[in-house]
Amino acid sequence: MVAEKPSKKLFSVTLRVWRQPGPAAPGKFVEYPAANVNPDMSFLELLDVVNDGLTVKGEEPIAFAHDCREGICGTCSCTINGKPHGPGHGIATCQLYMRSFQDGDVIVVEPFRAKAFPIQRDLVTDRAAFDKIQQAGGFISVRTGAAPDANSIPVPKEDADLAMDAAACIGCGACVAACKNASAMLFVAAKVSHLGLMPQGQPERDRRVLAMVQTMDAAGFGNCTNQYECSAVCPKNITHDFIARLNRDYAKALFRTRFKPVSGAAAGGAG
Amino acid sequence: MAKLESKTPAGPLADKWQRHKTEIKLVNPANKRKYEIIVVGAGLAGSSAAATLAELGYRVKNFVFHDSPRRAHSIAAQGGINAAKNYQNDGDSVHRLFYDTLKGGDYRAREANVHRLAEVSVNIIDQCAAQGVPFAREYGGLLANRSFGGAQVSRTFYARGQTGQQLLLGAYSALSRMVGQGGVELHTNSEMLDLVVVDGHAKGIIVRDLITGAITRHSADAVVLATGGYGNVFNLSTYARQSNATAIWRAYKRGACLANPCYTQIHPTCIPVSGDYQSKLTLMSESLRNDGRIWVPKKKEDAKKNPADIAEADRDYYLERIYPSFGNLAPRDVSSRAAMRMCEEGRGVGETGLGVYLDFSDAIKRLGEPAVRERYGNLFDIYHEITAENAYQTPMRIFPAVHYTMGGLWVDYNLMSNIPGLFVLGEANFSDHGANRLGASALMQGLADGYFVIPYTIGDYLAGQKPGAKTLTDRAEFTQAEQNVTAMTQRFLSNKGKQPVSHYHKRLGKIMWEHCGMARTRAGLEAALQKIPALRAEFWADVLVPGSADTLNQSLEQAGRVADFIELGELLCRDALTREESCGGHFREEYQHPDGECKRDDEKFGHVAAWEYQGEGQTPLRNTEPLNYEFTKMSVRSYK
Ligand SMILES: Cc1cc2nc3c(=O)[nH]c(=O)nc-3n(C[C@H](O)[C@H](O)[C@H](O)COP(=O)(O)OP(=O)(O)OC[C@H]3O[C@@H](n4cnc5c(N)ncnc54)[C@H](O)[C@@H]3O)c2cc1C
Repeated sequence: MVAEKPSKKLFSVTLRVWRQPGPAAPGKFVEYPAANVNPDMSFLELLDVVNDGLTVKGEEPIAFAHDCREGICGTCSCTINGKPHGPGHGIATCQLYMRSFQDGDVIVVEPFRAKAFPIQRDLVTDRAAFDKIQQAGGFISVRTGAAPDANSIPVPKEDADLAMDAAACIGCGACVAACKNASAMLFVAAKVSHLGLMPQGQPERDRRVLAMVQTMDAAGFGNCTNQYECSAVCPKNITHDFIARLNRDYAKALFRTRFKPVSGAAAGGAG
Repeated sequence: MAKLESKTPAGPLADKWQRHKTEIKLVNPANKRKYEIIVVGAGLAGSSAAATLAELGYRVKNFVFHDSPRRAHSIAAQGGINAAKNYQNDGDSVHRLFYDTLKGGDYRAREANVHRLAEVSVNIIDQCAAQGVPFAREYGGLLANRSFGGAQVSRTFYARGQTGQQLLLGAYSALSRMVGQGGVELHTNSEMLDLVVVDGHAKGIIVRDLITGAITRHSADAVVLATGGYGNVFNLSTYARQSNATAIWRAYKRGACLANPCYTQIHPTCIPVSGDYQSKLTLMSESLRNDGRIWVPKKKEDAKKNPADIAEADRDYYLERIYPSFGNLAPRDVSSRAAMRMCEEGRGVGETGLGVYLDFSDAIKRLGEPAVRERYGNLFDIYHEITAENAYQTPMRIFPAVHYTMGGLWVDYNLMSNIPGLFVLGEANFSDHGANRLGASALMQGLADGYFVIPYTIGDYLAGQKPGAKTLTDRAEFTQAEQNVTAMTQRFLSNKGKQPVSHYHKRLGKIMWEHCGMARTRAGLEAALQKIPALRAEFWADVLVPGSADTLNQSLEQAGRVADFIELGELLCRDALTREESCGGHFREEYQHPDGECKRDDEKFGHVAAWEYQGEGQTPLRNTEPLNYEFTKMSVRSYK
């Protein structure tokens, strides 16, 4: 199956990569030359090749997070030349191809940097804070087996489509890495909007937004100051309009709880 | 000799599951919290199981090697999920879905399992809609459907091209809710490296923390594996890079039978390989075949031409020609082999000659570009990113690639393996797809297993067990299993070899693809059975794993997985060699009809082959479970 293509024009680049042996260890940039780069190679495939070279030389390869390599699992997370997921638009790191670069380029590769995403090693960070936010309220409480027929609740196509736009979030954290305050508002807004746009999501709407925002704040994410760097780097082009929606939902929920306390908001919903 | 009792309930096909549910033992609500259940994996199967078992009151511990449950490979499924809702009023029914799935699997699955799958399919859609999964809708607000290969009705539910993502996020939300409530203890970055069997029952696992390297013991009253498929044994596949077979392989080495490993699926519509550095193959969802037309030039001389320069009359829409009633929607195995034959005839396109066209020009003429964009926009975008070509203007080039594994750990009707207390769900088991899985049926099966089957059937086992596996971790079996894991780690790290792990994975992949890929022969398989043990010896002598055991060490992770793939690859070839027939995804060139279709041998091979480990260096034992068809006739599959 692996039949070589007639040769494309190969080129050379230099990778300047953040190396950090462990969470507490100091890190530094190290340069690695890479020759024979094929423009059809993905950026992560170039890292694979560089890593095999390091291994054979007896050095430790660069740790980087990756899995599906098609932009949907949200695992890969490099800041490339200062931009989360690199120079492309609407793509994750794994969807970046070397044809975006030129011979002689120096490519600076760093982990996603944010207080709430501690570095574990080299380019790998801990994004468990996102899971915590989901656990606090990113769901509709419906026990397995308790659901009515799926067509018993029609959902206007426009709402379903808009909900899908928000639900497309892959939880990569680029939004946080791009924000100078390391805010997770776009991530939270996407989930709150997705569920809030569906009729099934209405009963817990207030509780959800309060719990998720509270958990987000506690996890050490910063505030949103409306710079919208987040949506500019989002691999799924999730728009910051959802942040406005989140703010509205949050304000309404706060207002309503003044008069009617929402029980169990912080404890992860009523189940 | 393993005991393989299918435990298929008696009675009419359509009543079996209902009746079984009322007859199996229950654990009363107050007792449930005394039982601990380990669930390994949080793909569709694992997260739905973990969430539902916790909702019922069991104490669940969920382990994933990913950094979050949401990253399981299920997230990548694009096209959709089947269900016998008959919302289109086009004649669908539970029976029809059952029949299509059984036939699609080339009559190599259990009737009763498949029927149950079709029955619960309708509940899955209800459950997911209630969770807020943003399924595609019609203007009236009701759910939309599309059609998929191997079916003549429109029963596939979808969420743009991201159905797996949305279903997984639904299951993940249910799981997260239970984690938040304390019903599930979540262990991320935690790789199961061994299964612990105590007094013949599965009672725990050994886990490596992928960040700190710590090895820990975990006990439970039952162990559920939902660890996905083993397609990366081919190295290049549509699977996520990290998908691996370690959990099922180590369970196999502890006595769980591995069934039908040679049933592997090659998907007809993937982006062709471009070079040796390639790390994965990207799927273009089968749903594209609803509107795309597949063709190659009629004349070899045209193969290298620009497709726009090939006149309509010089194009061979070969699927429409050979399979007029299913056309471009012929099942995957049939379509893949047809593409291979076209390329073998020298009519393959693209620079490598290993490709066929998938053309949307007719659809764009008929529906307009916006409608095509609405349906498939994200797939066209993916195609553009990878190939730098615009598929709205020029046809896509596609080629088959390894995509799914129907084989897996053997389970009975209750989804329990031959090791009592070890349950296997989702792609990791062998149960419902026979020798070939139809599109949009894996998501259905994963969620059926997790939401609607295991919550009942696990109770039947647990009701017979005294709760309280907690005290077991001091037992010799745990110590031995832990030592096993540590010894393997040490062996890797102290090996002063010369080649990185990837070197061996690539070579294994080439052997597998060449000899055990789309078409298999006795001679080829025998050659593979020589080459793989040699590769294995070389791997252990010469693999180089840098770094240490007590940190994040991705080379070490890969080394263990590739070691398992090499062994599994050998078993896969052995299974393919012994199954002297062609069926579904298993195509033996010696056994074909004159028109190139699979020639089954129901008399000799109308059974499940379940391999039993016999120890290092020993030939494994081939057990069989006969497939008794009570209600359907095993007939010749035809899509013409
Ligand atoms: C590109 C692509 C598209 C697809 N599209 C469709 C489609 O449209 N419709 C359809 O029906 N099917 C589709 N499939 C198939 C389907 O996605 C899979 O079969 C299904 O999602 C598998 O789910 P699972 O829960 O069994 O396993 P997975 O989703 O693979 O999950 C495995 C889980 O196990 C964990 N795990 C594995 N090993 C270990 C270990 N040793 N220790 C700890 N944790 C472990 C992982 O962390 C993960 O959580 C597609 C597959 C691919 C590759």
